[in-house]
Amino acid sequence: MATLKRFIRQAACVFVLVLPFAAEANPFERQLANGLRVIVKEDRRAPTAVHMAWYRVGAMDEHNGTTGVAHLLEHMMFKGTPTTGPGEFSRVVAAAGGRDNAFTNKDYTAYFQQVPKQKLALVMQLEADRMRHLTLDPKEFDQEIRVVMEERRLRTDDNPRARLFEALGAVAFEAHPYRVPVIGWMNDLQNMTVQDARDWYDRWYVPNNAYVVVVGDVDHADVFKLAEKYYGGLEARALPSRKPQVEPEQRGIRRLVVKAPAELPMVAMAYKVPVIRDVEQDADPYALEILAAVLDGHDAARFSKNLVRKQKLAVSAGAGYDATSRGPGLFYLLGSPVRGKTRAELEAGFRAEIARIVKDGVTVDELARARAQLVSGEIYKLDSMFAQAMEIGQHEAAGVPYTLNKRLIEKLESVTTEQVQSVAQKYFIDDLLTVAELDPQPLPQTPRASSAKTRH
Amino acid sequence: MTLARFLGFVFLCLATRLAVAGPKIDHWQTPSGARVFFVENHDLPIVDVQVAFAAGSAYEPQGKAGLAGLTQGLLDLGVEGLDENQIASRLADLGAILSGGVDQDRSFVSLRTLSAEDKRGPALSILRAVLGTPQFPAEVFEREKTRTVLSLKDALTRPETISSQLFWATMYPTHAYGRNATPESVAALKRADIQNFYRNHYTASRAVVSLVGDLTREQAEVVAQRLTESLPSEASVPVVLGEPQLPSASVHRIAHPAAQAHVLMGLPALKRGDPDFFPLLVGNYSLGGGGFVSRLMKEVREKRGFAYSVYSYFLPLAVMGPFQIGLQTKKNQAGEALKVVRDVLAGFLADGPSEDELTAAKQYLVGSFPLRLDSNRKTLENIAVIGFYGLPLDYLDRYAENVEKVTVDEIKAAFARHVPLNHLVTVVVGGE
Repeated sequence: MATLKRFIRQAACVFVLVLPFAAEANPFERQLANGLRVIVKEDRRAPTAVHMAWYRVGAMDEHNGTTGVAHLLEHMMFKGTPTTGPGEFSRVVAAAGGRDNAFTNKDYTAYFQQVPKQKLALVMQLEADRMRHLTLDPKEFDQEIRVVMEERRLRTDDNPRARLFEALGAVAFEAHPYRVPVIGWMNDLQNMTVQDARDWYDRWYVPNNAYVVVVGDVDHADVFKLAEKYYGGLEARALPSRKPQVEPEQRGIRRLVVKAPAELPMVAMAYKVPVIRDVEQDADPYALEILAAVLDGHDAARFSKNLVRKQKLAVSAGAGYDATSRGPGLFYLLGSPVRGKTRAELEAGFRAEIARIVKDGVTVDELARARAQLVSGEIYKLDSMFAQAMEIGQHEAAGVPYTLNKRLIEKLESVTTEQVQSVAQKYFIDDLLTVAELDPQPLPQTPRASSAKTRH
Repeated sequence: MTLARFLGFVFLCLATRLAVAGPKIDHWQTPSGARVFFVENHDLPIVDVQVAFAAGSAYEPQGKAGLAGLTQGLLDLGVEGLDENQIASRLADLGAILSGGVDQDRSFVSLRTLSAEDKRGPALSILRAVLGTPQFPAEVFEREKTRTVLSLKDALTRPETISSQLFWATMYPTHAYGRNATPESVAALKRADIQNFYRNHYTASRAVVSLVGDLTREQAEVVAQRLTESLPSEASVPVVLGEPQLPSASVHRIAHPAAQAHVLMGLPALKRGDPDFFPLLVGNYSLGGGGFVSRLMKEVREKRGFAYSVYSYFLPLAVMGPFQIGLQTKKNQAGEALKVVRDVLAGFLADGPSEDELTAAKQYLVGSFPLRLDSNRKTLENIAVIGFYGLPLDYLDRYAENVEKVTVDEIKAAFARHVPLNHLVTVVVGGE
């Protein structure tokens, strides 16, 4: 049940895998004259490479009325430039034995290709081309906006958990744009125009708003040369100013209910908490990460052990917190009560677990366990080039330099039991809490099959 | 010549040279009788192990659907000398990760651990106990059964689960693959059912041990034997599954209030080791397997904007596993989308891929071969399948060559044999 964090990232994101990590002199970095940063991590275990282009622009940079445009533009990036026809990008990558896709989040938009290492130059050329030369054909737009609406139906409208989190975000944040779902509100999608997409592209898709991450069986000097060759000619342009849109302080608990077809009720509790703004100076975000591990880091962590196994109060119970993001942070508790128990009883169960930590803190053993998982997790993530590139990209997007990844782990390892107790006392208070409940609705009728034999 | 075509040409010239061989797979049988597949790799201080048994849902006795999954889920919730929380805490202390799963043919447990002896030794001992001395404590059994029933009820409110269950039941009306776990079938399970299923199916002769990572061959031999020597003694439950019969073509609809209709089409089509595997693999790439470049994607998504996801694939199993096409679309356009899919499929069956499509498929399948093996985890997944289904040990080495030699005619002939339209079933959940 350590999947909540992943779910939160997925919910906020159109396609994303897991978290992950890095080493000493490697990675290497160079900045081109146009402002584009190129980060290369050499990993020679297999003859492949992953290439990613990250843009510091995501759903949180959108304005009301055109929500979802960041993600829509991501789709349009596959629809051609003057030299690469609609859909040809993916065809060329596939013919090179590569895989490609992209993902949009609240904080960023990113594009990636996994290729045999000999094909790195090819995908850099293609990616550089669409950084500045996207066609944005109105006919292609008309098709693609329909695809995005289908995506919204699939991922959100017909998914009770996603609807719960969408509603929770819109209530937990009143002013900050984190209140808006990445996929966009349906009505905004219905009214979106190709000009909205073009405005977005012209505003944000410039080399000085991007960075390239390459991990794989490559020589960093070669990659820098290729980057200069393909990306070097793109012109930098001034970026629009970004308003801070700071969320006003919450004073008082907020509650909401979402109804959707389901069997199991759900309770989602979200506390406003800080995230990392200064890797060295900050302390609380690290303690919150460890707290999440103590509550839900493994199958015998507190929520599973107490709420699922001992009290048999929950079918599932999890915690999730992401310490790195451009915007404000939330610490989530999420679960479903077993039959015969109410949502209120599960909420009380969550509150009792938090209260125990507020009162008694956590044990040295629990801390050691969280540390052991951190240490092994650092090794395991080296098994995936994609995960290593993701980590560099995500941290950079949140303003956490990848060069400090090691410090980040050291800070996490140095968290004390007192610090964990202290963040529980400081942030787990009702005034900072939003509670969202899923009120499950029966299907209109018992599903009945109607069948017909057919002939061809 | 377009850029794609030109690059494709260049690539084909290089393809044979680029096509790397698979990893060296060591294979032996333990004294206990388990088959072992091992890839030695010391790049990272990690060991990955998977132990799979011929204990998938197809082996559940009649009326006991859900038994395989529940049994597998209970393995690590109490062993001789350790309760469920001790097991999970010790694994966490070691930084080890235990996981597992069940499909139609297999139940498996996987362990990822650091290779340092003070981590690997204790972690493997826990895995040994999970496989060899699960206790299935009565109270834990009741709790997990309740959780499973509730989760299943919840899943059965959603169109993707309803459609999937109906699809399998329709494709395999008289075969074990068509039996679905229901809240009722799980609720009726007894602890003795779990114990019996475990005793009869978690035996060394039904086990395949896959190992990848930082071990020597000698160490791997010891590990494999240790993991399997305390398994239940051999039982007389047959391993071989009956052959499915093909259903007659039919369309099944279930109403649902979802915004989208979920459409599935398919039939039992392909077993592991079938000589038509490569023609079907290569052909399906052009039909619906090739992500953004397949015909289904082009016609359904790119031309008409009908769906976010549309795909086709073959799922080869121990006996004929399904060929499946799937999509989800706004409910009032389900009929139209279904018609497009039928037309695409019929066109493909009639003519096969074009030469250009065939070239593109080969370029991708051969060219992307290194991506299938660029981590220990992916290597483990590959050798686990090779081992469990008894595929040739040079399957990966000859993969590129087998892809390259497929022709349009072979694809047409293979699709005609394996995807006869008079046996194609269609399921639509939701829609108007």
